[in-house]
Amino acid sequence: MEKRYASIVFRHLTADRLAIRYPGLRSVPFVLATPMHGRMVITAANALAAAEGVIQGMVVADAKVCLPKLVVMNEPPGLAQRLLRALGLWCIRYTPVVAVDPPDGLLLDISGCAHLWGGERSYLKEIVTRLRGKGYDTRMAIAGTIGTAWAVARFGKASPIIANGTEVEALRPLPPAALRLDPDTADRLIRLGLRSVGSFMDMPPAVLRRRFGGGLPARLRQALGQEAEYIAPLRPAPPYDERLPCLDPIRTAAGIELAIGRLLDTLCARLAGEGKGLRKAVLRCHRVDGKTVQVTINTSRPSASVPHLLRLFQLQLPRIEPALGIELFVLEAPTVEDTAPVQEALWAGNPGLEDTALAELLDRLKSRSGTRAIRRYLPAEHHWPERSIKEATTIAERPATAWTTDKPRPARLLATPEPVEVTAPIPDYPPMLFRYKGEVHLIAKADGPERIEREWWMESGEHRDYYCVEDQHGKRYWLFRSGHYREGEPQHWFLHGFFA
Amino acid sequence: MRVDKREIMNRLRQDILRLQGDVPTASSAAQHIGLGPVEKAFPNGAFPVRGIHEFIYGGQEEAAATSGFLSGLLSRFMKDSRVCLWISASRALFPPVLKAFGVDPHHVIFVDMAREKDVMWAMEEALKCGGLAAVVAEVQTLDFIQSRRLQLAVEKSRVTGFVIRSTSQSIGATACVARWHIRPIASALDEGMPGVGFPRWEVELLKVRNGNPGRWKMEWAHGRFLPLAPRQTQPLMSGWDRKSG
Repeated sequence: MEKRYASIVFRHLTADRLAIRYPGLRSVPFVLATPMHGRMVITAANALAAAEGVIQGMVVADAKVCLPKLVVMNEPPGLAQRLLRALGLWCIRYTPVVAVDPPDGLLLDISGCAHLWGGERSYLKEIVTRLRGKGYDTRMAIAGTIGTAWAVARFGKASPIIANGTEVEALRPLPPAALRLDPDTADRLIRLGLRSVGSFMDMPPAVLRRRFGGGLPARLRQALGQEAEYIAPLRPAPPYDERLPCLDPIRTAAGIELAIGRLLDTLCARLAGEGKGLRKAVLRCHRVDGKTVQVTINTSRPSASVPHLLRLFQLQLPRIEPALGIELFVLEAPTVEDTAPVQEALWAGNPGLEDTALAELLDRLKSRSGTRAIRRYLPAEHHWPERSIKEATTIAERPATAWTTDKPRPARLLATPEPVEVTAPIPDYPPMLFRYKGEVHLIAKADGPERIEREWWMESGEHRDYYCVEDQHGKRYWLFRSGHYREGEPQHWFLHGFFA
Repeated sequence: MRVDKREIMNRLRQDILRLQGDVPTASSAAQHIGLGPVEKAFPNGAFPVRGIHEFIYGGQEEAAATSGFLSGLLSRFMKDSRVCLWISASRALFPPVLKAFGVDPHHVIFVDMAREKDVMWAMEEALKCGGLAAVVAEVQTLDFIQSRRLQLAVEKSRVTGFVIRSTSQSIGATACVARWHIRPIASALDEGMPGVGFPRWEVELLKVRNGNPGRWKMEWAHGRFLPLAPRQTQPLMSGWDRKSG
């Protein structure tokens, strides 16, 4: 497929933005200025000011002399970059590969996109009309190379669409600055009388390199398509994505669901054909008002099953706010993994952790309450009760060590041990009674102590001496004394759990 | 004539059971889950697998006893490494203890929901998933409509559901097949031996659909339930009845 690029240039980017926000500024000449070397220097001027000869780089005081009614505003720092980025993201509705071209333009790789809008002419017209409708003074050109598109967008006088192979003719009448040269080189070319690209285009590259450095021949080759040039997209195009532009903006839940179903059908058919399944899918809904809403689903094992994924998206539907309508749906699968080939008939209803139905159930539960809601525990090699279990990271993870049952452990463990008052006869004997929440429990039977030390390489503190005790009613508790018994000092006893 | 009458009665009872969704399976042995005399309280003398069982408790100690008893039951369902879901909004269960009751703790998936409403939703979703051994949910309240929804989900998928709820809220009628109350009682050791013995409970069936409520004493020892001093079903005069008044 032949490459086609579009270059968009905003001639008064920041000034237009302020005029959009403050409509009163449209009818007065105004400039944006920023302090530089102790003076206010103009960074941008609107069309009215530019017509009076006020240009970028002038000092505000000088400009005020020639145009006393000039309005001067401070430029918010970083405004141009923010604007370009936002406009670039907006342009993703026309092509997935959009790059920012500072200081005042955008570059679009439109290969294979324009036919969706009925050809390049109506494609260009659509974009320019909508950007001008927003209030930006926009020019745009389409060509087979980035360099030519850039040159024609800024300096072109004839047609903005340059067919592949006609770059030479298109570039010939343009000034040297159209080749993206640094201002010094462009200046020098003009002073030497080389006022158009055509006047030096046919010179041998060695001559140009000797006089003007390597930049000029390289730029020339790029513009003519003899040297490859790449753009860095704002959002890297994911390998698995599907887009669905809508003729009429979609505003109903049923419509959104239908759109998601269509996207999933094509994406899953492709995934299944390649023996892959998605672990994560992102749905971006581009709205009419220029905003983007996005929802994400995660699966616990690679899946290419349309009903399951559709179900997960259905749970997320309330989070999609269509506002005035959604004009483009983009479904991406950023994380894709190989699926083990399954024999559905043989393994259907297979009990255990490998069950597909279980994985799908867990996905549904997660999408309702978050990933942290689902936990599975494995034994950890620690005696300290709070650390004796660890969370499993995947659904299929097996315990590395066996669960131990040699020591009594309670059925319910308090998250933080609660202090209790205890009467204990002599050191290291189990207590006779304890008081918990105002109730006195006389201890009938007791086991212990089981001393559990803290792991000194992890934390410092007192060890615990655990006793399991049974009170007069047959209720069983797990008590511990923190630290050693020391005569004359208060003892700290805690209740840590309840036995079955 | 009299024999005929009894036969007819039996057949009618079976019909009623079938209409209520309790379909007797061919292998009745599969439904013996080692509860001994307690199973006789259920219709046909078999533990109703297709049903929601409700466990009530008052206080943390009874909650612990209920978890223990329930884990013992789960061990019968989770043979050949089947998976169980434990759903709750405030979980206190200490997973390693499951091993002591014959359940592999890594085969239990804990689902922690933020709200009570989500717990019921998650349980209903889980009960529809046929691959699970059982689903346990800890809730504060359970009304008739909720329990009916759960019961209907169970009847389709054959996954047994257990609901653990505290008696702090008032307890109304539910559509559950059984209502249990497990209380810890004093353990016993051989004469003169010090220490705490095997866990012992008083198991009370407050309500059984088409069955006979009763009260038994049980011990969990050597990986199975051990009924103590088997007694006949006695007239119901339970603690819960007194409480509710």
